[in-house]
Amino acid sequence: MVVKKHWQSFGELTGSDSFKASSEKEFAEELPQEGIDSKGILDLKSPRRDFLKYLGFSTAAAALAASCEIPVKKAIPYLNKPENMAPGVADYYATTYTSGGDVVPILAKVRDGRPIKIEGNELSSLTKGGTSARVQASVLDLYDTARLRFPVQMTSNGPQQITSFDAFDKMIAGAMGSLGGAPVVILTSSITSPTTRQIISEFLAKNAGSRHVQYDADSFSGMMLANEACYGKKAIPAYQFDNAKVIVSLGADFLGTWLTPVEFARQYSKGRKIDEKNPEMSMHYQFESMLSTTGGSADERFVHRPTETGAVALALLAAVGGNATAPALGDKLKFGVNEAAKSLLGNKGKGLVVSGSNDVHVQTVVNSINEMIGANGSTVNWGTTVQTRQGIDSDFESLVADLNAGKVGALLVYGVNPVYTHYAADKFKAGLQKTKLTVSFNDRIDETTELCKYAIPAPHFLESWGDAEGKTGYFSLMQPTIAPLFLTRPFEDSLLRWSGNNTEYENYFKQYWTGKLGAVEAYQKALQDGVIEPSVPSAGGATYNGGKLAESVAALSSRKIGTGLELVIYQKISMGVGYQANNPWLLELPDPITKATWDNYAIVSPEYAKKTWNLDLANRRQADKYEVYPEKKVVSINAGGKKLELPVLIFPGIHNDVVAVAVGFGRQSAAQDKTQDKTRDYIGRAVVGAGVNAFPLTSYNGTTIDWFVPDITIDQTDKTYSVAQTQTHSSYEGRDEVVKEMTLEDFKKSPQEILDERAKALKPFGGLENFEKEGTLFPYYDKPGIHWGMSIDLNSCIGCGACAIACHAENNVPVVGKSEVMRFHDMHWMRIDRYFSGDPMDPDSVQTVFMPMLCQHCDNAPCENVCPVSATNHSSEGLNQMAYNRCIGTKYCANNCPYKVRRFNWADYTGADSFPDNQVFTGVGKLDDSVIMMNDDLTRMVLNPDVVVRARGVMEKCSFCVQRLQEGKLKAKKENRPLKDMEDVRTACQQACPTEAIVFGNVNDGTSRIRQMREGNPERLYYALEDLHVIPNVNYLAKIRNTEKISDSITES
Amino acid sequence: MTSHRLIAKNTLLLFFFLITSAFVGTTLFAQDGKKLFQDNCAQCHNPIKVVTGPALKGATDRIPDAKLLHSWVRNNAAVLATGNKYFNDLRAQYGGTAMNLFPTLTDGEIDAIFKYANSYQPPTTGPETPGASAAESDNSLLYGILTIILAVIMLTLLQINSNLKRLSDEKEGIPSVDAVPFYRNKVYITGLVLVLFVVGGYVLVQGAVGLGRSQGYQPQQPIFYSHKVHAGINQISCLYCHGNAWESRHAAIPSLNVCMNCHAAINEYSGKEKLYREDGTDVDGTAEIQKIYAYTGYDPKTQRYSTPSQPPVEWVKIHNLPDYVYFNHSQHVRAGKVQCQTCHGPIQQMNEVKQFAPLSMGWCINCHRTTKVDFPDSTNAGNKFYSVYTRFHNELKSGEMDSVTVEKIGGTECQKCHY
Repeated sequence: MVVKKHWQSFGELTGSDSFKASSEKEFAEELPQEGIDSKGILDLKSPRRDFLKYLGFSTAAAALAASCEIPVKKAIPYLNKPENMAPGVADYYATTYTSGGDVVPILAKVRDGRPIKIEGNELSSLTKGGTSARVQASVLDLYDTARLRFPVQMTSNGPQQITSFDAFDKMIAGAMGSLGGAPVVILTSSITSPTTRQIISEFLAKNAGSRHVQYDADSFSGMMLANEACYGKKAIPAYQFDNAKVIVSLGADFLGTWLTPVEFARQYSKGRKIDEKNPEMSMHYQFESMLSTTGGSADERFVHRPTETGAVALALLAAVGGNATAPALGDKLKFGVNEAAKSLLGNKGKGLVVSGSNDVHVQTVVNSINEMIGANGSTVNWGTTVQTRQGIDSDFESLVADLNAGKVGALLVYGVNPVYTHYAADKFKAGLQKTKLTVSFNDRIDETTELCKYAIPAPHFLESWGDAEGKTGYFSLMQPTIAPLFLTRPFEDSLLRWSGNNTEYENYFKQYWTGKLGAVEAYQKALQDGVIEPSVPSAGGATYNGGKLAESVAALSSRKIGTGLELVIYQKISMGVGYQANNPWLLELPDPITKATWDNYAIVSPEYAKKTWNLDLANRRQADKYEVYPEKKVVSINAGGKKLELPVLIFPGIHNDVVAVAVGFGRQSAAQDKTQDKTRDYIGRAVVGAGVNAFPLTSYNGTTIDWFVPDITIDQTDKTYSVAQTQTHSSYEGRDEVVKEMTLEDFKKSPQEILDERAKALKPFGGLENFEKEGTLFPYYDKPGIHWGMSIDLNSCIGCGACAIACHAENNVPVVGKSEVMRFHDMHWMRIDRYFSGDPMDPDSVQTVFMPMLCQHCDNAPCENVCPVSATNHSSEGLNQMAYNRCIGTKYCANNCPYKVRRFNWADYTGADSFPDNQVFTGVGKLDDSVIMMNDDLTRMVLNPDVVVRARGVMEKCSFCVQRLQEGKLKAKKENRPLKDMEDVRTACQQACPTEAIVFGNVNDGTSRIRQMREGNPERLYYALEDLHVIPNVNYLAKIRNTEKISDSITES
Repeated sequence: MTSHRLIAKNTLLLFFFLITSAFVGTTLFAQDGKKLFQDNCAQCHNPIKVVTGPALKGATDRIPDAKLLHSWVRNNAAVLATGNKYFNDLRAQYGGTAMNLFPTLTDGEIDAIFKYANSYQPPTTGPETPGASAAESDNSLLYGILTIILAVIMLTLLQINSNLKRLSDEKEGIPSVDAVPFYRNKVYITGLVLVLFVVGGYVLVQGAVGLGRSQGYQPQQPIFYSHKVHAGINQISCLYCHGNAWESRHAAIPSLNVCMNCHAAINEYSGKEKLYREDGTDVDGTAEIQKIYAYTGYDPKTQRYSTPSQPPVEWVKIHNLPDYVYFNHSQHVRAGKVQCQTCHGPIQQMNEVKQFAPLSMGWCINCHRTTKVDFPDSTNAGNKFYSVYTRFHNELKSGEMDSVTVEKIGGTECQKCHY
């Protein structure tokens, strides 16, 4: 019996045969060496003579090709160079990421006139420079090939281009004139921009009877209505996770997709950082139906049915002494609720309860709980309110009714796509058809735009002026970072023009802000900073009115708790509700929990699989059968009278009677043609075939949209569907655990445990002190000057994947497409490994650890020793260097890497080969359309010109962003000063991280932050696979969980 | 005694010399109309041509009132304000462009300027004596012929020697072997094969190594831009035009507005140096300057820009780095303080630019091996960035090391240039 706490797959847990077999092989597929063993050498398919012939021919061909004349290259300088830009030097402009209401202040790195990378804006007190995967990937959306490139009129022959805005304006004016006084409705996502709001109200004032409807696909109506009842404000308060010692989340994925996750992640991580001298951390309880990203970070996690959400809230209210009787709950759940309540009461004023439910009653009860524990005014801050979600579900419902009743003359749609995101899309479609004038401002011909009569695309946010007030008083400005790529016009410009105002939005915006800030200088400073914030952060409570509580308690008490199978609909961290659906970076980003890419699927528990399909994953044969091949069984889900066919993934941590499906996938043009040509042209080449739309499964309960379905049935079909998952390969071959985890209590009791363990393991080889010098036959190399090192705090990592996308953008990491991910050819330099511990059959016991894994830049690197051409070798600064043009692709290095972080370019993903035909082949290895899309001249504008685009047949891996290191050093040299720690040099992953889990710097500098991390945390510090004496330059800080015990998993030997 | 006399004599002489030179100096200054003209007027005026302002030759005839002329030059605005018709008309004629004020010029200086302008004669470009390029003939042909002659003599002597030997052998009665003709002589054949192998191998290897390299590349450019005239004769700093090299990885070809900074006024080539291409054909410098106007849409008569009729200049890129390598000009020029000529050769002598360096990796590495880093020394001069290299500092102090080369701080490692 081997006791192993952490496992990545069922195969690893059970020690299955194919797991063992696969861990012996670096590459999943057999390498093509035909019949070496069976026949004589001359009978081989390619015998020696053929080999020599090919060799001779290729040498001659190469000589011929190379001896041709060197091509003449031309250089075209500027005619009149802008004064403050230098070709080859990147400028950073402060601007703002906005998407469906979300607001993140950012800096756009603009190189030679084109934005190529997004960084967080560190001047923002809310995000402090943090970003998310979607923010990082948004720069790719700018170069999306499917963007609508000019205004169009939709006719029966498809979209017809309208050549000028004036012509378009005339058509609209004509159509508006013939409405006969019927009202105009502006339908948008939540508008956070004060200028846009003002322009909308000016427009509405000119058109009597018209109105503005805000619609959020993931609305917070329930919460806003509850707040209206309890606090008299139809708004969302600012949550202060940084003030909370006890966090109880009732299904809110606040680190991934709930409200303002980037800001919350930053706040949350404050309470999760451990000071070793005085180890304290916040306590995080998560009650949820499926395993969310946030649930993965939780200290204590309890699962419940979606229909039990109200009961859990009531039980918690009762347990903290509220006016409610606790309903009957399962033992574990009851225990969890009581524990949470005890913690909350023990930390009055330092607790916070949030709920992801869109139910007014649940949110009313949660408000009451927050009152009881004194959260109002401390962790629930009413001094400022969140404006990123303002839509009320019932407003949209009445709009749909009005449309169908023919009461609306014109509908202007901006930034929303209800035909895709609404549960009753058919009703909305019918209403749309009945409306005389429909205009879409969306960036592409999406499902809704296709059914509108006119479309005038608005520019991407990186091409726009604008502002956003994500929280009241906290403004973030937008400025264009590139001239509009296409014939687009801002939504605001159209409204201004159509309301008879000839001011351009750019000037309107400038006047508005100059007026507001008082002077042009102040305006320019604000544009430069990007953010305008109150000098003193506003904090405070609101007067609570518990009048509606009894009603809500009664309503929740009478709710029937389901007994059958239930469905929960959730958002993926990469996709959200699908505004950035045609983004190959996001589609290829593995889900933090399932590690699946390119698709959505139905998640069920191992217990359910065993019960229903007799598939026992604790049995290693069956685990293999399920896990080894990407083909998963397809089921048909019947929920609320609707059917959906989806592949099934079996994952621990989800309630045994719950099925989970993500939204954001399954984009489909109205012309549902088999070839999907329309979807490809209108919505994007990458979305074709990516998943199924789950929005139709949501439902309206009379007040708000519900994101669960109580009684569902599942029918098995005889179909299978391939899901591309990562992390089912790349194992550590049964070596020591790379994850170290302790409970807070254990850590307090015996803080030396990890250190002792390390000391014990290294004792025969010189001990901790002299291991590097004595544990090897090789000589010790001196480290003069700079020595780079990285520290990753597993306690802070929430697995959000922002680093992985930042790495994509910074290092020109190729997209390989779903078919290649299935062949384990994924290229991510930075991957986040997810480990489970606990009993997969008991979802409450399942704990999750996220571990970012990248090249460890070993000082005694095993990959370097085996390279026959010395393409990978070590630098005096501690970098494990990779010279791509030297690499001949033997892959020995990848075989010898214990961390499995080297990536081989199996195909010409980037089009970097000299021979164009290398991308064109059929059959096995045919590249997906999304890969070809990434090679479009437009999309290639996102490439970083400081980093080589690798060709087929070379190995690549994390370089510690060497181009940034060189740039930072050069900056210091130019300014004649020593390197500034944490300022001159930061890796892309470090910059992107919203929780500051990654620290990078010069280890030789005694005052550097990396040294502080290592010296300040000697008890949590460890190196992955340290005893191999590879001497990594990346250290980890062990995960400390504020729980009673780390769940064990016992496996057969 | 004599020494005293000598000193006195010398002092006296020196005194005399100083006085004379000071006197000469001041007179020179007062009357150096040319210098004054160039310092103050040349940006907008030419003695005999209309540029931004009118030609100055003959201005004293056009405005006989010297006093008026003086006050005009010092403060033209005041003169215009008096309503002087001539000057107001003149101003209108030149598009209303205001002339600069020169309140510090004295009457004498102004007179000197006009005197210079009146006496100005356009430089006559006399027949140029071509440089010392005549008798630099190549000797290698001579050496080659000599080698061949010597080789033939050697072979003949060898043949004679063997013939004589055979004769003497015959005389002495030693039976002789049949004579083998030299083309069937195995020694000769082996020798020849060896020589061919070595020479052929050398040529092949050199050829292979040189594939893709283009040292000496000297294409014709769309505009005959002479670095010799600009950087050599007129001593314009490289960074005036290639300022990007100070900031960026690219030195960059200057934008045309940089050219126009000077060429808005300098609209013809009047240098003594005759311009000719590498193939010996003459170049009309003025015509080349006119090309810039076509590219920028500049009309020298009205001094206005309009939309250029031509597509932008397509310069031929001469220095093409191999693929997969990163090179940064500012690293070398600013941090490394390397002179442009180190890599680009005697650019100030080139009419047409030629690739001077092979741009091969060996060439880069060799320089990195020998070049010393601007390491802070005991006086603390040098770049403070290198203060992190404490060990080197200690070794420098203790004398274990005499200097730090680029190689020592990792300048020959792969990922300094390849990433």
